[in-house]
Amino acid sequence: MKNALGREIPEYISGVAEVKVFAGAFDTPPSMNRQAPKVKTVHPTDSKMLDSLAEVFAKIPVTDGMTLSFHHHFRNGDGVVNMVLTTAAKLGLKNLKVALSSVFPVHAPLIEHAKNGVVTALDTNYMSGPVAKAVSQGLFATPVVMRTHGGRGRAIECGQLKIDVAFIAAPAADEYGNINGVQGPAACGSLGYAFPDAQYADYVVAVTDYMVEYPLSPVSIPQTRVDYVVKVDCVGDPKGIVSGTTRITKDPVGLKIADNAAKVIQAAGLIKAGFSFQTGAGGASLATAAVVRRMMEKDGVTGSFALGGITGYMVDMLEKGLFKKLIDVQGFDLEAIQSIAKNPNHLEVGADYYASPFNAGCAVNKLDAVILGATEIDTDFNVNVVTGSDGVIMGGSGGHSDAAAGAKVTIVVANLLRGRLPIIVDKVLTATTPGETIDVLVTERGIAINPRRTDLKEKILAAGLPVKDIQELKELAEKIAGAPKQIKTGEKIVAIVEYRDGTIIDVVRQVEE
Amino acid sequence: MDMKLRRSMLFIPGNNPGMLQNGGVFGADSVILDLEDAVAPSEKDAARFLIAHALRTVDYGCSEKVIRINPLDTFAAEDIKAVVPCHPDAILVPKVESAEDIHTAVQMIAAAEQPDQTPVKIIALLETPRGILEAYNIAKADPRVVALALGAEDYTAGLGAMRTKEGTEIFTARTILVNAAAAAGVQSIDTPYTDANDEEGLLADTELAKRLGFKGKLSINPRQIDVIHSVFNPSISDIDWAEQVIHAIRKAEAEGSGVASLNGKMVDLPIVNRAERILHLARLLGLIEGAK
Amino acid sequence: MASLVKIAQAGTLESSDIMITVAPGPQDSGIVIELESIVMAQYGEDIRLTLEKTVAEQDCNDIYIKALDRGALDCTIRARVLTALSRAGAVLKEEIL
Repeated sequence: MKNALGREIPEYISGVAEVKVFAGAFDTPPSMNRQAPKVKTVHPTDSKMLDSLAEVFAKIPVTDGMTLSFHHHFRNGDGVVNMVLTTAAKLGLKNLKVALSSVFPVHAPLIEHAKNGVVTALDTNYMSGPVAKAVSQGLFATPVVMRTHGGRGRAIECGQLKIDVAFIAAPAADEYGNINGVQGPAACGSLGYAFPDAQYADYVVAVTDYMVEYPLSPVSIPQTRVDYVVKVDCVGDPKGIVSGTTRITKDPVGLKIADNAAKVIQAAGLIKAGFSFQTGAGGASLATAAVVRRMMEKDGVTGSFALGGITGYMVDMLEKGLFKKLIDVQGFDLEAIQSIAKNPNHLEVGADYYASPFNAGCAVNKLDAVILGATEIDTDFNVNVVTGSDGVIMGGSGGHSDAAAGAKVTIVVANLLRGRLPIIVDKVLTATTPGETIDVLVTERGIAINPRRTDLKEKILAAGLPVKDIQELKELAEKIAGAPKQIKTGEKIVAIVEYRDGTIIDVVRQVEE
Repeated sequence: MDMKLRRSMLFIPGNNPGMLQNGGVFGADSVILDLEDAVAPSEKDAARFLIAHALRTVDYGCSEKVIRINPLDTFAAEDIKAVVPCHPDAILVPKVESAEDIHTAVQMIAAAEQPDQTPVKIIALLETPRGILEAYNIAKADPRVVALALGAEDYTAGLGAMRTKEGTEIFTARTILVNAAAAAGVQSIDTPYTDANDEEGLLADTELAKRLGFKGKLSINPRQIDVIHSVFNPSISDIDWAEQVIHAIRKAEAEGSGVASLNGKMVDLPIVNRAERILHLARLLGLIEGAK
Repeated sequence: MASLVKIAQAGTLESSDIMITVAPGPQDSGIVIELESIVMAQYGEDIRLTLEKTVAEQDCNDIYIKALDRGALDCTIRARVLTALSRAGAVLKEEIL
């Protein structure tokens, strides 16, 4: 059956209980209650401390077919996922489902586990590295479920993603399971992506390398939800954990794009008191933030909040009074960690508060502007951030679709030509974020505005910015580079792309070797 | 004087395909595709092919296409043969020291031009003490010469002085060049500001150049373009003043009086010319309405 | 028929460039192309065509070309091929456009 973007979605997909197709960004309302984990009790004399992960597996017990969940706050420095899966493999467990909010190159051992049948299903919001490539080549028999950050929170709360055991990599913990992300050698800042897991999993296990005397404070994840605590030698590589930030791009073309993107925000009349802003961590997005900052400084504007993955750059803006608050779902560097630890105006929030569409209102709804990237965008403004131009999975929505839906003005910044490849296509290979939520595309050769936004178009034209029709930009790119041939993919579905509301917006098919 | 706007002239390394194909996106008034300093001796041949092809296929928008060839005593001949048939707008000749140099260049260029080709203009880059001394003769040497430009890095080396940000050591060279260009009726273009990270310094240096009478500035980084344009664009007060001047002239003509005055001062021809230039520039830049 | 005297190379592995190595081929071997490209699926055929065309226009009919492409545009591919041919000793025709 076709969904609202014209994508062909099979009626039956292995591993998906009920296939609901994307009907529009705001067209599928919720129709369920939140699910509730089993109630447990702990006797006053009970200890939660276990000596090893193997003991945890025995105690719960973890059995074949269970869903184990993990957060990705340690990014490419993570050690917990591999440790847990090694334990599972040693114990001969099979058919586990791994719900890991983002997959990085460090998670490569997952490939062996998949080949050996230890792990047969994967649920994630973003994939990079060898696992992403292997998935594209057909590693799993059951399609991988790819969600948005807000959508994962929603799926956990509403019962579509039922977690048996949540293994929470804890930078610091006490013996009763209180956890925070700001102390210990593996400090990572906000633990926002672990909040839904902690609240809704049947069993929650804190895995830490840094024990603190009871009671730990501050508390991000409370003892009331944590069943067991395991101390290991090392939960992750601090160098990999705080390496998340990119530098502001030095590429002159990227800087020009950033300049124009900031001018679009200004032309839209958004840079005034109370301004709220989110930017990705990529080089061009950061460059845009830098130009926006200069505009705010020049006009003496105090913004209300900056949102999302937080970097030292945003912390500096908070400390200089350019924003009143930071809403932090993920810290990228040391400055972000230090700031969240000591500054009461730097807030730690969960993935649900950040971006879930099925609650009484998430933070992205309050955004004035967001700057996003894209691997492809089509003439309907649909954006692909899942597959690269070669059809191989190299990303995922993360917060992309969520922020795009919530923000007043959503701007995609991209080179019109990346090397030789035109970024504008007739139909994106993998639809991730629907065009109705994308307002402006800023390239180095012109700015395209979604026809839905006649209000914006007037303002941007009045500011003297170079506006072009998106079809015109596409033709310009193809005139320069030649028209690219379409990638051929196989038949087998290797991943489904779930929109934030649980409907299926597209599928990813296998790439030929 | 050639009325082509040359507020910014951006150098683009001639051996870098990525930069050659993107040269037109930065909005510089001129792009200078460089065969000289940016290209190693072993890659001059490769750069000629790249630039020849770029001239024919890359859309540089409204930017004037200028080629900086190698010095006349090295590879200039091969450079000219390779690029002139591809219709550049101008050739930037480095290390020009005499009117003779211009004649040599003109001969080579004319020989390489195709029958119906618009004559390629020449911009002389003065980079030596002798070049500065001969500035007027160089500017007058041929109608193809439309501008003189200053290359301060080599010039200060020729002086045996240290190149500094505030530029006292090139002050005289700057004023001589501006004067010679004005006397000869050609444009004057200032030397590039080489610290690409120092925006404040660039602004100060460009403002000085404008005050001295330069019409534009060479640039070594696209990030500099906006700052340079902001300095050379007429300001609102410039435009207001110019409009008042023209109004005063018109009023005097209508009243049949011979002399116009503004704010108690006589408005004579040089003032009118300056006012007209400002309004012309303002119209070109779309700052005011009116025929361009 | 322009013939190559030796092996020669032009271009780099930088983004938007293409590294071309040309070598004279044995009599009647034809135009043999070995191509690697970061945009093989989308532009592989186009690149091959451009390589063949550029070389054929110069009457180099027995030639081996190795091309490592990093997303070069046609004009860059042509320029690099002509440079390599020239360095290999081929006498190039006046450019026809």
